Amino acid sequence: MSINATLLGQAISFALFVWFCMKFVWPPLMNAIEERQKKIADGLADAGRAAKDLELAQAKATEQLKDAKATANEIIEQANKRKAQIVEEAKAEADAERAKIVAQGKAEIENERNRVKDDLRKQVAALAIIGAEKILERSIDPAAHSDIVNKLVAEI
Amino acid sequence: MATTGEALTASGYIQHHLTNAKMCSADGGVAFNYACQDAGFWTWHIDSLLFSVGLGVLFLWLFRKAGKKATTGVPGKFQCFVEMCVEGVDKIAKDSFNGRNAVIAPLGLTIFVWIFLMNLMDLVPIDFIPEAANRLLGVPYLKIVPTTDLNVTLGLSLSVFVLIVFYSIKVKGIGGFTKELTLQPFNHWLLIPVNLVLETVTLVAKPISLALRLFGNLYAGELIFILIALMPWWAQFALSVPWAIFHILVIVLQAFIFMMLTIVYLSMAHEEH
Repeated sequence: MSINATLLGQAISFALFVWFCMKFVWPPLMNAIEERQKKIADGLADAGRAAKDLELAQAKATEQLKDAKATANEIIEQANKRKAQIVEEAKAEADAERAKIVAQGKAEIENERNRVKDDLRKQVAALAIIGAEKILERSIDPAAHSDIVNKLVAEI
Repeated sequence: MATTGEALTASGYIQHHLTNAKMCSADGGVAFNYACQDAGFWTWHIDSLLFSVGLGVLFLWLFRKAGKKATTGVPGKFQCFVEMCVEGVDKIAKDSFNGRNAVIAPLGLTIFVWIFLMNLMDLVPIDFIPEAANRLLGVPYLKIVPTTDLNVTLGLSLSVFVLIVFYSIKVKGIGGFTKELTLQPFNHWLLIPVNLVLETVTLVAKPISLALRLFGNLYAGELIFILIALMPWWAQFALSVPWAIFHILVIVLQAFIFMMLTIVYLSMAHEEH
C-alpha cells in the first residue's frame, strides 16, 4: 500500500483529536494537579506560619511570666514595707497608750497622795491642836487662837 | 505490504494492519514475517515486544525520575501527577486488599500505568508509525499497540495467574490450597472430582478472562479505527474523532479493570475460606 489521502484524513482527525484533548482533557487534569499543588503549598505555608506563631506565643508567654514575676516581687516588697509600717505604727500607738496610762496612773497617784496629804495634814493639825490643847489646857482659848492654829495647819 | 504485492483492497488493508512483525529462527538463521508462517509456537512478535518493553522502560524512567527529584516541599506538576497515580493505586490496594503484602500496590501501579501506555498507542493515527517504518526502515508489518496482541495480554495475565497460585500456596500451604480446590463448594469426599473441575475452571477463568477482556476491547477499538481509515479522507474525522475521544475512556478503564481485578484476585488468594 502506498501513501494516499488516508494519511491526510488521519492527520486531520489527529489534529482535531489533539485539539479536543488540549481543550477538554488537559485542563481538568491540570486543574486537579494545580489544586493539589496549591493545597500542599497552603499546607506548608500554614505549617510555617503556625510554627512562627508558636514561637511568638512562647516568647510572649515568657515575657508575661517575667512580668508577672516582677509584679509579684513588687507586691511582696510593698507588703513587707506595709507590714513594717503597720508594726511601727502599732508600736508607736502602743507607746503612746502606755505613756497615757502611765501619766493617768501618775496623776491618780498624785491626786491620791494630795488627798492623803490633806487628810494627814488635817489629822496632824487636829492631833496638834488636841496635843496643844492637852498641854496648854487652860492657857489657850481655842476661839482666840484658832487663826494661829489654822495658819500652822496651812504651813504643815 | 509492498513486498507481497497485496492488492490495494479494503480487506488487504485491514489484514495488513492486523499483522504483527514476526521473527523466528529458520535454517539456523533468523527469519522474518512470511518465512515464519510455519514456525508454529516459536515465533516472536517483535513489534509487540519492542513497543511493550519500550513503553515499560518509559514508565519506569519517568516515574523513577519523578521519584528521584521528589521534594518534600511544594511538588512540581509532574511530581504531582506521579503522586496522584501512586496515591490512587495505593488507596485502591489498601481498600480492596485484605491482608498485608508489600507487592500489591507497586504491582497494581505497574500494571495500570504500563497497560495504560500500551493502550495509549491506540490513539496514534494507525498509519503514521507503520507507514514511516515501512518507508524509512523497510519494515513491512508493524502493529504499534501491544495490547491488541493476545500474546501480550495473555503474558500479563499468566504472570498474574502465577502470582495467584504462588500466594495461594504461600498463605494456605499446599494442603490448604488443595483443600480449597477439592472440598469446595460441596464439602463431601464423594464430590471431590466435581469440586476439582469447578474450582479449576474458576481458577483458570481468571487469567483467561483478564487477557481476553483487555485484548478484545483494544482489538475491537483498533479494528474500528482501521475501518474508519477506509472512508474517504475528508470524512474520516467525523467518526475518527468521536471514537478517539470515546477511546480515552476505554483505555483508562481497561487499564484500571486489569489492575483492579489483579488486586482482587490476589486478595482472594490470600484469604482462607
